[in-house]
Amino acid sequence: MRYRVVLVVRLKEGLLDPQGKAVEGALPSLGWTNVSHVRVGKDVELVVDAVDEAAVRAQVEEMAHRFLSNPVIEDARIVEVAAEVAGAPGSP
Amino acid sequence: MSGRGPRVGVVTFPGSLDDRDALRAVALMGGEPVAVWHADPDLRGADAVILPGGFSYGDYLRAGAIARFAPVMEAVAAFARDGGPVLGICNGFQVLCEAGLLPGALIRNRGLAFVCRWVHLRVEPRPRAGRASGGPTDGEPSGDLAIGAPGEVLQVPIKHGEGQFVCSDEDLAAIEANGQVALRYCSPDGVVDERFNPNGALDNIAGLFNEAGNVLGLMPHPEHAVDPDLGPTGGQAVLRWLFDAARARARVAG
Repeated sequence: MRYRVVLVVRLKEGLLDPQGKAVEGALPSLGWTNVSHVRVGKDVELVVDAVDEAAVRAQVEEMAHRFLSNPVIEDARIVEVAAEVAGAPGSP
Repeated sequence: MSGRGPRVGVVTFPGSLDDRDALRAVALMGGEPVAVWHADPDLRGADAVILPGGFSYGDYLRAGAIARFAPVMEAVAAFARDGGPVLGICNGFQVLCEAGLLPGALIRNRGLAFVCRWVHLRVEPRPRAGRASGGPTDGEPSGDLAIGAPGEVLQVPIKHGEGQFVCSDEDLAAIEANGQVALRYCSPDGVVDERFNPNGALDNIAGLFNEAGNVLGLMPHPEHAVDPDLGPTGGQAVLRWLFDAARARARVAG
């Protein structure tokens, strides 16, 4: 089976997120004065061939731990695992 | 190593910038510079290694995250585990943290801006002996060496966007208890204070040893501060540490 996975990586809570701070500081100048606690992260989208969803999750979690995030400063969370339907747009 | 200065390997990754300055600094200090390529399987017989500054692999994913998987890094890690002296400068410091050879991580500067200027660094004491003056004595493990005299102030430039050293509370407690802090940002007369912290680094940490004392990472650039014709020479003490550590290790090995 082929799965599309989205992983979100963010700086840990409690660590100052300078990008989030910069965005938060700019929002009021555009008129949005009611926004706080902005955090900026990144998402990693990938397609994994594996036997089932559990195998995909296990593999992506290990990839996140060893490479795609730095556990010293970041949290990584799988936010989407979707089986790709053969013949659907985007699948080979 | 014989009568000459130590052979110092400088690793070039795709995106390294300061490798040539590092090679030149090694030569200027009397060492024998050896260019090492990221795809090399070994360290070309080096007695010490420098991971230079720059933006290896474009800082993609995280600074240093991809460089740590370069083929040569296996040799660097084995060399470090064996007590070989390794100096990581700026991006090299980030690579060492990513590789788990140093604790903690470097994140974007507190003030968001890229900082490029001269700073003052206070040399911190090493825990096990007074190595303030003179070179290492026979049989002294390289891990006992300090960068200079404790309290000495070195002037060295910084140029980085992601130099804020962070780590867990437990790691910080261990780092301080073990005397692993090598250098702290300070005033010109050696006062360590938040006002002189250019990037928000925990405890003003500018440079850090591993627990064994043979791996040193720092954000400032000693290779840019060795030539008296070009300004302050605070970087000499750092390179001298690397040379002394290589000599001490060779002596112990007999």
